Amino acid sequence: MTDASGLDAQLRWSRDGFDLDVALQLPPRGVSVLFGASGSGKTSCLRALAGLEPACTGRVRFGDALWQDSALRVFVPPHKRRLGYVVQDAGLFAHRSVAGNLDYGFRRAGRPAHLDRDALIDAFGVRDLLPRRVHALSGGQRQRVAIVRALFADPALLLFDEPLSALDAGARDTLLGHLETLHATLATPMVYVTHAIDEVTRLADHLVLLDAGRAVAQGSLQATLARLDLPPSLVEAMGAVIEGEVVRHHADEHLAEVTFDGGTLLLPRRRAAVGQTVRCRIGARDVVLSLTPPSDSSALNHLRCRITAVGDADHPSQCLVQLRAGNQLLLARITRRSLHALALQPDREVWAQVKAVALGGQ
Amino acid sequence: MPWLSDQDLEALALTLRLAATVTLLLLALGLPLAWWLTHTRSRWRKPVAALVALPIVLPPTVLGFYLLLWLGPQGAVGRAMTALGLQTLPFTFAGLVVASMLYSLPFVVQPLHDAFGAIGRRPLEVAACLGAGPFDRFVSVALPLALPGVLTASALGFAHTVGEFGVVLMIGGNIPGQTRVASTQIYDYVQSGNYAHAHLLSLSLLLIAFLALLAISLLRTRRSAHD
Repeated sequence: MTDASGLDAQLRWSRDGFDLDVALQLPPRGVSVLFGASGSGKTSCLRALAGLEPACTGRVRFGDALWQDSALRVFVPPHKRRLGYVVQDAGLFAHRSVAGNLDYGFRRAGRPAHLDRDALIDAFGVRDLLPRRVHALSGGQRQRVAIVRALFADPALLLFDEPLSALDAGARDTLLGHLETLHATLATPMVYVTHAIDEVTRLADHLVLLDAGRAVAQGSLQATLARLDLPPSLVEAMGAVIEGEVVRHHADEHLAEVTFDGGTLLLPRRRAAVGQTVRCRIGARDVVLSLTPPSDSSALNHLRCRITAVGDADHPSQCLVQLRAGNQLLLARITRRSLHALALQPDREVWAQVKAVALGGQ
Repeated sequence: MPWLSDQDLEALALTLRLAATVTLLLLALGLPLAWWLTHTRSRWRKPVAALVALPIVLPPTVLGFYLLLWLGPQGAVGRAMTALGLQTLPFTFAGLVVASMLYSLPFVVQPLHDAFGAIGRRPLEVAACLGAGPFDRFVSVALPLALPGVLTASALGFAHTVGEFGVVLMIGGNIPGQTRVASTQIYDYVQSGNYAHAHLLSLSLLLIAFLALLAISLLRTRRSAHD
């Protein structure tokens, strides 16, 4: 990342006893996820980036454009920032049809000719909805329309504020698939706010962890989620995200075989075809450590690792063991009792067992 | 059985002309005012809101009395108008319009204020992010979404102006063809014991008010059936 690209923000904001003081450096491509518990300030950050919180002071620079600098009294209003903003409740205009909603931003962006509107309409499956009134749509349909509407405005930056959290499981899964496709095909950078770890796993390239109005860690997805120095509110989310290639399907057992830098994993089969890259999350709770290669365990996955560090968990009985398998970091949450019984310490070689069952449902 | 006299028809026509003029002018004034009251963070918001609501609690005669003093030849506004070579407002149609606007202002601003408030910030923020500037957002998002409130405001403003009496009497006098509206005409009939004519004119007013409210309510349901 060079100085003149990406999003660079210093945000400070005090209100109702809540202090936000966040410095963000987000890359100019891919999905940057702001992750944290509710009340951690992630939505405030996103709104401040959009220019929707004029009371928030600081500095926001996007690429070459200076959007806000409170010291220089610079403030570019939201409608001049070329944003796509998708919110939890979709925020569709009730007085317009679906087509009217889609047209709103497109017209104001000067009807950009390079935009393939038909392709977007079909990609998100909203063609049949075009003449419909907004209030007749389901939650998932609304959200799809909201995303297409944002894309029609030809945004330089896409902002998502928990777009899936109001949806039922089925609609959520469909939309997450749409977002994955968008992620793979769109060059426009996205900032995505969520408190759901599976959305992080599937979408994030870059991760910012927020706690009590501070950015406690930021960096690449894998490195950030496997850190040991995070506050208790985030420990539950900690773990590894493995990105690997599907090499084989075991059709009769409905399992997929995925290889990555540190070994091979078996996991419940998904839609992904052989040769496709998939991500899966290995939660720190789902990892069992043993000193010898297990031969009679029901856990299907055994990864040979080396311990890199040991840190505290959010309960005094437990600790987090950071492991390295190839170039991949893993985390295991075990009791201190086990740590001492097995005499685990940095540089020791261990086997990490992961139940395939724990890798499903994504 | 008497029928509406020419005088009655003249008074009715004047009433309708006054109410229509006042309603249109109040919408022009009330829309930006209600918008400002909904969105401003100024410390003047509460005082202005209280001032706008004042005519609701004030006896119309008090309002009319002060307007008479203020707009009359000795009043501040009256003197300024005289100095500019303009006719002073009391006992003219224009004077009635000004007084009626003040008197009916809260009945127009309040529904607009409620309607704008009910829209919430979300659609406006989304519109801003889609590239719409402040005026654009007002016209393309706030106004259409607040349309039921605009209809209610128009109906209330119109009906309230049709029904006023005290202010009209104070500021307008009772000049036939100029400031004699239906309500003052009815008052004259009652004063002179002409109950039959008072009845007729009163019934006409009642009918007009009823039809106005009915039309608005039909218009509103038609719209919500569309949505």
